[in-house]
Amino acid sequence: MSKYIATRAIRGANALVTEADVMLNKALAEKGADAPVSFPNTAYYLPTILGMTGKSIEKIGDLKSVMDYTRGLLHPVPAGKHWTPYLGETLDSGMATLLAAETIEAIRFVYGLQPEPMSEDFILSGGTSYGGANGHGHLNGPIDDIQLRSWGIQLVDGRMPGFAAIVGCAKNNATAVKIVRELQRRNILTFLSGNVNGRSIIHQLQEEGVELGYNTFTVPFGTDTISAIYALGFATRSALTFGGMKPGMSREILLYNKERVFAFVLALGEVDDLKYAAAAGAINFGFPVIADTVIPEILPTGVTTYEHVVSMPFDAIDGKDDLEKAERLVQKCIEIRGVKVKVSNVDVPVPYGSAFEGEVVRKADLRVEFGGKHARCYEYLQMAKLDEVTDGKIEVIGPDFSQVPPQGYMDMGIVIKVAGRQMQQDFEPVLERQVHYFVNGASGIQHVGQRDIAWIRISNMAADKGFSLESFGKILHARFHEDFGAIVDKVQVTVITDPALHAEWLEKARAAYDFRNKRLADLTDNKVEEFYSCTLCQSFAPNHVCVVSPERLGLCGAYNWLDCKASFSINPTGPNQPIKLGKLLDDRKGYWSGTNEYAAMGSHGVVNEVSMYSIMENPMTACGCFECIVMLIPEANGVMVLSREDTCMTPAGMTFSTLAGIAGGGLQTPGVMGVGKFYLISPKFISSDGGFKRIVWMSSVLKTSMADELKAVCLREGDPDFMDKIADGNSATTVDELLAWLEAHNHPAMTMEPMF
Amino acid sequence: MPKKREIKDYSTDPAAQQMLIRAEELGIGTAFTRADAMVPCNIGGAGMCCKQCGMGPCRLTKSGDTGVCGATIDTVQARNLTRAIAAGSAAHSDHGRDMAFLLKATAEGKAEGYMIRDVAKLRMVAGYYSIKVDGRKPEEVANDLADLYISQFGQQRGEIVPAIRAPKKRQQIWREQNVWPRGVDREVVEALHRTHIGDDQDPAHILNHAIRTALADGWGGSMIATDISDILFGTPAPILGQANLGVIKEDMVNIVVHGHEPSMSEMLVAASQDPEIIAYAKAAGANGIQLSGICCTANEILMRQGIPAAGNFLHQELAIMTGAVEAMVVDVQCIMQALVGLAQNFHTKIITTSPKVKIKGATHIEFDEHHAMTIAKSILKVAIDNFKNRENSKTRIPQIKEDLIPGFSHEYINYMLGGSYRASFRPLNDAIMTGRIRGVAAIVGCNNPRSSQDYLHNVVVKELLKQDVLVVQTGCGAISSAKLGLMLGEAGLSEVGNGLREICETVGIPPVLHMGSCVDNTRILTVLTQMVEDGGLGDDIDQIPAVGLAPEWMSEKALAIAAYCVASGAYVIFGGASPVSGMERVDDSDEVLKYISEGWEKLYGGKLEFVPSPEEMIKLTLEHIDKKRAALGLPEYDPNKFGKSGDTKMNALEAMPLAQRREAIYGGVG
Repeated sequence: MSKYIATRAIRGANALVTEADVMLNKALAEKGADAPVSFPNTAYYLPTILGMTGKSIEKIGDLKSVMDYTRGLLHPVPAGKHWTPYLGETLDSGMATLLAAETIEAIRFVYGLQPEPMSEDFILSGGTSYGGANGHGHLNGPIDDIQLRSWGIQLVDGRMPGFAAIVGCAKNNATAVKIVRELQRRNILTFLSGNVNGRSIIHQLQEEGVELGYNTFTVPFGTDTISAIYALGFATRSALTFGGMKPGMSREILLYNKERVFAFVLALGEVDDLKYAAAAGAINFGFPVIADTVIPEILPTGVTTYEHVVSMPFDAIDGKDDLEKAERLVQKCIEIRGVKVKVSNVDVPVPYGSAFEGEVVRKADLRVEFGGKHARCYEYLQMAKLDEVTDGKIEVIGPDFSQVPPQGYMDMGIVIKVAGRQMQQDFEPVLERQVHYFVNGASGIQHVGQRDIAWIRISNMAADKGFSLESFGKILHARFHEDFGAIVDKVQVTVITDPALHAEWLEKARAAYDFRNKRLADLTDNKVEEFYSCTLCQSFAPNHVCVVSPERLGLCGAYNWLDCKASFSINPTGPNQPIKLGKLLDDRKGYWSGTNEYAAMGSHGVVNEVSMYSIMENPMTACGCFECIVMLIPEANGVMVLSREDTCMTPAGMTFSTLAGIAGGGLQTPGVMGVGKFYLISPKFISSDGGFKRIVWMSSVLKTSMADELKAVCLREGDPDFMDKIADGNSATTVDELLAWLEAHNHPAMTMEPMF
Repeated sequence: MPKKREIKDYSTDPAAQQMLIRAEELGIGTAFTRADAMVPCNIGGAGMCCKQCGMGPCRLTKSGDTGVCGATIDTVQARNLTRAIAAGSAAHSDHGRDMAFLLKATAEGKAEGYMIRDVAKLRMVAGYYSIKVDGRKPEEVANDLADLYISQFGQQRGEIVPAIRAPKKRQQIWREQNVWPRGVDREVVEALHRTHIGDDQDPAHILNHAIRTALADGWGGSMIATDISDILFGTPAPILGQANLGVIKEDMVNIVVHGHEPSMSEMLVAASQDPEIIAYAKAAGANGIQLSGICCTANEILMRQGIPAAGNFLHQELAIMTGAVEAMVVDVQCIMQALVGLAQNFHTKIITTSPKVKIKGATHIEFDEHHAMTIAKSILKVAIDNFKNRENSKTRIPQIKEDLIPGFSHEYINYMLGGSYRASFRPLNDAIMTGRIRGVAAIVGCNNPRSSQDYLHNVVVKELLKQDVLVVQTGCGAISSAKLGLMLGEAGLSEVGNGLREICETVGIPPVLHMGSCVDNTRILTVLTQMVEDGGLGDDIDQIPAVGLAPEWMSEKALAIAAYCVASGAYVIFGGASPVSGMERVDDSDEVLKYISEGWEKLYGGKLEFVPSPEEMIKLTLEHIDKKRAALGLPEYDPNKFGKSGDTKMNALEAMPLAQRREAIYGGVG
């Protein structure tokens, strides 16, 4: 701290705690102590309070003890002269500010004041679900558990290097947009809150038509400083979800954030007492504070990894205009937090970064689309000999889209030839699948699907800025080199719109898809000599280890056996290491001497044995970013499969959020397992416990989104109508309902041998 | 003929100078003038006089001289030094023993007026020794802890337990060198035995036992004393206090406590706030009671309650000379016999309280923890009754005092660097690693009238601050800095180098941290241990860029402290004269001097050296710090690298008129 900051932060803390006190007393009087209080779709109650104090707040009355505790953290402001030390006292007051802020937001929810209302034309591009007119006319409020988990893998594998909590209002709208774009370009999650004299960066971005929401990595919390608490609630939950921390382990949670969550606070415009107080709270998490105005700097390190507080008066930043200054400001923030950012320098006329991956190109903004209902678009990656590929050669064969009318369509094929000494044919699909992410990274471009069902849209904005067919080639060339440089030496891209050539290559591509399908079908656990470890998540869940086999992909859904194999080729000392299977110990349950040894070593002795095919005996552990939870329903003699998108109640009496707490954290819990959704269709899916037919309940989201794949499994299992026998959230949310359903539909699990 | 010094050479403290002028007026002698009159014995001072048996005393003054028994010069010096260390360890440890008995009596509910004030510390300390704390009453835990601590003194075999709090690597060294103390008393007794005529006559072997005896103090008796004082009276945290003779008040009954143990002084503090006693004082014509302290008793109550310190060791006579002290209440250690004779010139009563300490001519009111409050009140009443005897014509109180912020216990330092949630030494270690703080100096120890009072302390402290060395202090050295205003946050802005200033400003600390009394040097040991554990500064204390100094040492306790610091890995520099200095003209009379430097350094990574010149002390300190920095691979210290952060700029902007200020802080409107 500095005495100036300490004085203002402690003053702000005292004021906010008083405000929270007043609000709580009012709510107690008006709503009663028993009125429920909660944040939407989270198993972590009021997460900061839960993490820091261990208290599960469910009713307004529960908040009384929180406020008593909070007041105990306050201190008087430092004396004018002959002061006593103030750093620890300020940090404590900062924590009091956070607890008070969360209390206030919780009470606001009770009064219907959260999420914060906005004008009707404000639309979130993906956000927390509130039911009703969702995403229209209100800000996001807190991030829900679903989104936290789905961002999980990106946070852990570094694709999303951290988050920026922006508080206040930028110097002008153009600066606001530039700052956010710079953060997006680096895939840094951006949380928005606060205002200066009533004007918030959220207003600025809204006026400039910047799409805000989960899909664009920019989450507008609220237009006051208090709503910045949602950023810290998110941080707290990261530690609880991925780090295996327990509620009340405040020090561990804070240190987890300091060491692993690369976040910072960017204060735009005047910093008032409350902002100083909230910043003091954030520093407890190891998050530094950068201001674009003059404030006292705190450059010594310790509570944060690098500087604690840095002032970069906007006007004093070296740069030819506001935009360049904004760019430098963001660079400085990243430096101070030590965020590890990989910026793709892709030579296209639109901003580029994975924050743009979620962008949607709506019909109204559409310039041209390839694929979809009216056209055919495919992408095909092929390995070739080194002398058959000219690196950097990008060819467009056929007409461009200048003659296509607005909102029109055309056929396109993207053929990529790669060559490299380390390249293997098995890596073709691994690399080809990346086209989706690479193309989507361009702002104003939307990519859906893969292979010959790809569907690409170019927006008017992108087309106006000069995005062309050639741009696809540039993106792919740059990104393949950047991400797969270890196995790919040369990349050549041909974009085909010429009808004859399009048809010719489509045929070749389909032959290749077919070949790959067969190869994949042949690739079974008993045909390989090694599995792969995946310790990508260990940066977040230190004792968790995934063992990835051909028939069991990683629980995040992002890494299958081939991916791991390719990843090992790219980085031989990286998170994916081959596990020599060694001696087969149990064919049915899936034990090998090699996998067991690896589990013990990789989990640092926490887990000693891991069964590849059983949920009941030594099941594989999970970090927090699993796509589904499989859980035993003892009464039904089967399992339910719950998707993380599913918020409904389950026969287990818990929602996904609550269950996830049991499944995650790197601990073995027989009967509960986090898995990738494609594991469901593997023949090895809990095969030692009875396999696919054990599924008695499944989230309807999965039933719909994987209908074709699941149908094929039913055929494989010899029960074509089996899907109809599985209950879902519409048919059963209690065990009794489930049992009645199973009885009525003659589900096989009822007559299978007992699971345990 | 002894040379008489000028008053300004006696002390750099203007309050002391005023009193010394007064002493001259009254024709009263003080330690200062007696030091002039008493030329130190040059043979004893060289450590070359052996009076261990009736065949001597033997004065070994020529090369090759031996005692009647054949003891060589180095053997005699080693024995003398070891006996001094044993005496120092005994003094500290006996203090610790009394505290352990007090804890026991408190746990049993038999100590009138005492209670367990710091349950958190009790639980933490109990935790070190796996004493069960969950679900138990504080008294039960305290009872077990008291039993364990009491047993440390009489333990015959094994290892004393508090030393397990040292870094792992250090513990291994102690085991390898076979110096882990078995029991506090045993080591002191064995020190006396070994140095008896005809026993241990290998100097290195004798001195190794000196190490073991000193460790029984630092990681034994003293540590026990600090722990229990915190448990019973509260772990110190920053508080506003004052220091120097100006704290004595003309209109109050002035009671000065002097000595070392907090058990009695804390009870006097409590009793002095009793309404009945205050009323009694008012009835006697005073406006109330002003308690103040001298020496380490002062530090104990200054650290915890902000009770002002009248001064350090050499102020004990001067305080009486104000003519305004109704009673000086003393317990143990560093109490000059001269007080009684001096007090006869005034109305001041010297009240001895310890069963171990009586002084001929003093009033003895024996202290007993079972009736502490009753006795404390009766002592205060004796003082109040004496108020009427004060002669205003003889009253001269120097109007000199300075504020300070004491209270830097290990626990608070940990808290202040990260708050309740993130408490750690990380910011301090980081500051050292980056070079904002060049290193740490623990500047402790006594006053010695043979040098100018406070002079050496102040010169060394002030220069090291400018060199970005963070200073921690205890004992009388601490009070010398307090009197100069160096223990205020403001000093952290104006009296230090750029890097240290940033740290002071970040944390809000003075650049000189007052860590307590002389037994509280153990706080420095545990702080250094945590610095090691928090990482980045090596894996043992001897790797930390830190130095221990005692520029004005005089007591045997200081030598014990020096030895346990060396054994813990510290480079220790003493000012003044060495008790084993040897003589230049006598060959081999510097063997021991060399051994406690180079020899000990080989074994423990720490060494003890005697350096009279303050400039040389500063030079050696900085050299050592820089050497340790280099060994850790830390960046070379650069005084101009840091200093950008802080409030200065902001304060200047805040002083501007509103419109201008807005523009300067928030920039133009875009």
